[in-house]
Amino acid sequence: MEPSLASYLALSGILFTIGATGVIFKRNALGMFMCIELMLNAVNLTFVAFSRYYADVTGQLFVFMVMSVAAAEAAVGLGIIIAFFRNSVSIDVDDASILKN
Amino acid sequence: MVTNAVFFLFAGLAIACAISMVYHKNPLYSAISLIGVFVALSCIYVILAAPFIAAVQVLIYAGAIMVLVVFVIMLLNLDDDRPLNRLKYLYAVGAGLGLILLVQTFFIFYAVMRAPQNPVVSDVAIGKTLNIGANMYSRYLLPVEIVGVLLLMAVIGAVILVRRLNQPELERVVEDELTRRNQEDEIGDFRISI
Repeated sequence: MEPSLASYLALSGILFTIGATGVIFKRNALGMFMCIELMLNAVNLTFVAFSRYYADVTGQLFVFMVMSVAAAEAAVGLGIIIAFFRNSVSIDVDDASILKN
Repeated sequence: MVTNAVFFLFAGLAIACAISMVYHKNPLYSAISLIGVFVALSCIYVILAAPFIAAVQVLIYAGAIMVLVVFVIMLLNLDDDRPLNRLKYLYAVGAGLGLILLVQTFFIFYAVMRAPQNPVVSDVAIGKTLNIGANMYSRYLLPVEIVGVLLLMAVIGAVILVRRLNQPELERVVEDELTRRNQEDEIGDFRISI
């Protein structure tokens, strides 16, 4: 007997919840970045589960697209973090307040 | 029955690693916990009869993206995360958001449980690499090309972001800035003297 579609959706929802609360609780730009990756993975799990239960390949193809977007995000996001670290020797998001006032 | 047991094992592992990722203050421990989540999810993709996605998950996420993240953590030599000292109300916001999302998750769980169950299609050829590749380059050619352009833009953007100005160029920029400020000061003095 296989786990039902509802169990996959519940797992995906729990992982998304953990990622979303993590983005708020973390003050560290790298930690927030990793929480965003976790949320993207939770969505990927939903795609694959629906692809299995509706016998359609579209879900798995769009998992591939989401992974490409995550890779692009990693390249640009880590570049921004390094550039920010060069200016103010910290990656705490509270210190990123140059545009204030 | 065995499939069910394996699913709950890896689901528990994924949730435990995710909580450990948010809990740890040290970014390196968070990164290693996140790799645990990715590996557990890749095993769940195998249960879902998607071997290609499982392989790509390990290759791209655990292999490429997390290596980049761990490299940046090592490069910056970070301290532990500071606690929220200025923005205490964010604890309440985060807890409220988490509660709402969890309630939604359980609502979806019960709604899907009550809905008429789709019989699981026993055709496992859907997740095969051949099938995915054939669809990718025929039906979904446009999204693939858009993703290609996006990756090119990301590469160019990353190179421009982390580029360091070389020494003569940097001196020229500083000199320009200084002369501009001097001119502004002179104009200001002139106005004041009038």
